[in-house]
Amino acid sequence: MKRFIGKKTAMVDSGYAAVAVGVSTGGLDALKFILPRLPENFNLPIFIVYHIHKTSDDFLVCHLNDISRIRVKQAEDKETIIPAVVYMAPPDYHLLIEWDCTIALSTSEPVSYTRPSIDVLFETAVDVYGEKLIGIILTGANRDGSAGACKIKAAGGLVVVQDPETAQADTMPKAAIAAAEPDLILSLEEISEFLCNLNQN
Amino acid sequence: MTDIENEKIEIGLLLEAIYRKYGYDFRDYAKASIKRRILRHCNLSGLKTISELQHRILYNVQFFEALLMDFSINVTEMFRDPSFYGAIRESVLPVLKELPHIKIWHAGCSTGEEVYSMAILLKEADILDNTQIYATDFNEKIIKKAREGIYSLEKIKAYTTNYQKAGGNQSFADYYTAGNESAVMNKNLRANVVFADHNLVSDASFGEMDLIICRNVLIYFDRKLQDTAIGLFRESLPSGGFLCLGSKESLRFSIYSEDFEDVRIDEKIYRKKNSHG
Repeated sequence: MKRFIGKKTAMVDSGYAAVAVGVSTGGLDALKFILPRLPENFNLPIFIVYHIHKTSDDFLVCHLNDISRIRVKQAEDKETIIPAVVYMAPPDYHLLIEWDCTIALSTSEPVSYTRPSIDVLFETAVDVYGEKLIGIILTGANRDGSAGACKIKAAGGLVVVQDPETAQADTMPKAAIAAAEPDLILSLEEISEFLCNLNQN
Repeated sequence: MTDIENEKIEIGLLLEAIYRKYGYDFRDYAKASIKRRILRHCNLSGLKTISELQHRILYNVQFFEALLMDFSINVTEMFRDPSFYGAIRESVLPVLKELPHIKIWHAGCSTGEEVYSMAILLKEADILDNTQIYATDFNEKIIKKAREGIYSLEKIKAYTTNYQKAGGNQSFADYYTAGNESAVMNKNLRANVVFADHNLVSDASFGEMDLIICRNVLIYFDRKLQDTAIGLFRESLPSGGFLCLGSKESLRFSIYSEDFEDVRIDEKIYRKKNSHG
């Protein structure tokens, strides 16, 4: 299994335009770990699909915003994407990136049994950002995101997967590793470091 | 990147072909979403490229009709977002009750679940007989289903819970007749409903309305088309007329946002402001 750590991640090219993250079971701890570690001058937009129950309120988004230095908000339909903002998919809606760099939401049928779906986010984000997209798959107990990760790879983007050994649920990272040959397989700490390093380049 | 760029060209051409051949205009739909519908359809039909799909669409009407069904996203339920219907009861019906006659337009009503939900609210407020509802969708086949008002019993269970969450305290079972697998909504609920085929993209306003409901339709339009639709609603509402959008839609990014005021911002219920002043 390919595994790159610390120093190697510091050499990742700059020039990325956006980060798309997919996370499921165990996601709260993972997001609470990574997001507060990002510096306030972080300069890329981050899109997150986190599988949560469809009737969840906005407590999670508010909490993540409170503990982070960059702004965390629920993605709104038709809003213009700006850097240094974390856009979270609302419960029960797919999160799509539109060709004019705006957010789109959709209530179309679930994909891989889930809405929002990581695949939908990854596939639409890659159409906009192409090789300038970073896709990150974190802990989860299903296989959502693997197909999307393959599309990111095919377009020349970068795929990072949480090391399954460090994940609360390893099915999703393992599926992504098997399907997409990720560029980096990292722990949460290393993923945070990787994201912070993007900024310095 | 070339593949992605080529697909963008193919999508533009396909939508142009559909418009010129069949008159349905999807050219200003939100592209990311429509691309997913198109690729899904290619996949289900075993077609490798969008150009192949375009050829089939042009030469085979049935094939086009199948794609059309796929383009209209018919994900809906009765009392969808129960708190919205609770807000209608609290903040909108008391105002409507004061009117001698009420006109409601449900734009993009899909298979009709939300139309029957509204009819139930109106009946319980004792104003259904006084109301004319226009329920429209661009897809004739879907409108036919809405008119029939037949829903699976399995879904009716969930709808009953939604009804109660929306503040309903009558017996929901009184509103339908149950068969073996499905339930037929009571005829009297649709006595004053006109189900009609209307396209928000290309058709004009058909009169002044006191309340317009258009939920989870505008998310599939791009900003320009969204403004066309909101402009149409604005034209169809008198001062004080209500406009209701889906729970994740808003007027914030519209050029007409200043023409409306919030009634219940948490539930996306707006009112048209007085035009003078």
